[in-house]
Amino acid sequence: MKTRTIKVDYLARVEGEGALAVKLSGDKVVDVQLKIFEPPRLFEAFVCGRHFSELPDLVARICGICPVAYQMSAVHAIESALGITIDPAVRLLRRLFYCGEWIESHALHIYMLHAPDFLGYADAIRMARDHRELVEQGLRIKKIGNRIVSLIGGREIHPVSVAVGGFYRVPSRQELRALADDLEWGLDASVKTARFASALEFPDFVQDYEFVSLSHPNEYPFNEGRVESSKGIDIDAGLYDQHFNEYHVEHSNALQSAVRGRGSYLVGPMARFALNFDRLPPVARQAARECGLSAPCNNPFRSIVVRAVELVFAFAEALRIIKTYQPPDQPRVPVPDQAGTGCAATEAPRGLLYHRYEIGGDGLVKSARIVPPTSQNQKRIEEDLWNLVPLLLHRPEHEITWKCEQAVRNYDPCISCATHFLKLRLERG
Amino acid sequence: MNSKRRKPRIGVFKFASCDGCQLSLLDAEDELLDVAAAVDIAYFPEASRAMLKGPYDIGLVEGSITTHHDAGRIQKVRKQCRTLITIGACATAGGIQALRNWVDTAEYVRAVYATPKYIRTLSLSTPIAEHVPVDFELRGCPINKNHLLEVISAALIGRKPNIPTYSVCVECKRRGNVCIAVAQGVACLGPVTQAGCGAICPAYGRGCYGCYGPMETPNTAALTDQFRILGNDGSQIRRAYRGFNAWAWEFRKAGEECE
Repeated sequence: MKTRTIKVDYLARVEGEGALAVKLSGDKVVDVQLKIFEPPRLFEAFVCGRHFSELPDLVARICGICPVAYQMSAVHAIESALGITIDPAVRLLRRLFYCGEWIESHALHIYMLHAPDFLGYADAIRMARDHRELVEQGLRIKKIGNRIVSLIGGREIHPVSVAVGGFYRVPSRQELRALADDLEWGLDASVKTARFASALEFPDFVQDYEFVSLSHPNEYPFNEGRVESSKGIDIDAGLYDQHFNEYHVEHSNALQSAVRGRGSYLVGPMARFALNFDRLPPVARQAARECGLSAPCNNPFRSIVVRAVELVFAFAEALRIIKTYQPPDQPRVPVPDQAGTGCAATEAPRGLLYHRYEIGGDGLVKSARIVPPTSQNQKRIEEDLWNLVPLLLHRPEHEITWKCEQAVRNYDPCISCATHFLKLRLERG
Repeated sequence: MNSKRRKPRIGVFKFASCDGCQLSLLDAEDELLDVAAAVDIAYFPEASRAMLKGPYDIGLVEGSITTHHDAGRIQKVRKQCRTLITIGACATAGGIQALRNWVDTAEYVRAVYATPKYIRTLSLSTPIAEHVPVDFELRGCPINKNHLLEVISAALIGRKPNIPTYSVCVECKRRGNVCIAVAQGVACLGPVTQAGCGAICPAYGRGCYGCYGPMETPNTAALTDQFRILGNDGSQIRRAYRGFNAWAWEFRKAGEECE
């Protein structure tokens, strides 16, 4: 039997270094490997021996695209370990902070990384030659997300204000109110983004997913909630390790994850949307309905529309927060050194991000465990490719390759995170 | 004049890093399309699937060298770039992953990975300049995007980039902050750290943690004494120097003197 390999040696428009190889024997897929050759940076080892107060700064450096997510999972895990209760105003401010990161990250992915696949361009810069207004709209949305993160955090990449127990500095009411015009414009622009995204052409590709996300009784999840799945998991984050298993495969510098006893699962916008649709604000649900999108959405190529609906949510939520915000009495509660073990999961733009820390009586970290969204999605991405490639075999090789890349980008993978992710090789034989 | 003069070609290369510094280029939302009109972004995998072969007029390198493969790759990148500019603390100082440089890396790998034999990594995380000649080092964790635009503009014109080498203290005074080291007794690395961030940390009520690396002539001995006076012990002071620029010579020396 003739074999061949379809490969992408260096996956573009994803964060970090990865490759993809799909091996075919005749018309049968015999192997799919998402290879993560991003060099390991060994975060979980070197945070040991550091003081818990340093963790928000340290773990931010795992990812330049979603540092807020790392800071949020870290502070909540440490606060859980040390029995710290935060001020409700701090909780609200952390939600706004996360709105900023979702806006910045989702706008980057929708406009700069994903849309060029649908419109047939190598990148957003080439796309801008024919669709300048579209790209400018995306950049302006992204800039507003960055403005929120900078205002609360001091700067957009690796913000400095997050502290265990609260923030080093909290903004005044007036500083947040000054965001109102941008947020109103952004809400309108994100509804337009959802309409634009829903008009794109999607392959008929429906998969059976186990969706996993945080779920909260009355809000769309950011920092708080139970870990739920569409196939019956409903647990406190503390039981994460009992239900999910992380393991090491030879072709990857990132660990892969599976639901114990079942297999792959999906985290991220599609999972949150499937499990929390009724907790979206009316304006986001309306935008979804106008786009013909109902929950669950099982076509990964339509994740660009789901991401746009989450943009609508993030702007609506940010507007709600700046209207009700009153600064806390003090920016942070004091956190004395003490021993404890705690974990937390929050919703990074790309999905569930789990952290667990063990802290000694001297306040120094004794052990750390970090499970990023892209490692959790890695197995599921490979399974999408197993199922997609057989549908593409009548097409020319360069089209198959591009479609496979697009299928990977459906997940907005963050390889830097996962390695602590990708290259496509399609082997035919 | 030839109106069809070739546009300068830029390549963006990644080694061990968080992607944040190259993201700074995409974060220049107001300038990105103008930059893209002025130059030919020939190789930038994070933003484009069109990866054009070298040579490049300007190479921007993010990340540190931590694998045998990357130690070889940087040599090839250097040969393809007329001007090579390293961006960020990983590329200029080894980054936070250089904390492995003081320990047994094999032990770190065993701590993180279930099957350590699958992992190939070097025992040191080193800056690009330890491997190849570098034309300009732009510091910061992350870099300041305005600095990046300045360095690209300067390289295109062929002049020296206007990037400060004085300390964070200068920026802090300009910003009108009350000195938190003096007024609140907070341990602050500002006096020995290069400016560039805009003195954000003191403005947000905390001490500078050194993410732009050592300034031109840092008096770390005096600062270490001051930290002791403020009640910090040796291990606390050592941790302060061993952050995102731990392997930068002056911080490395200052940290080791606290052993």
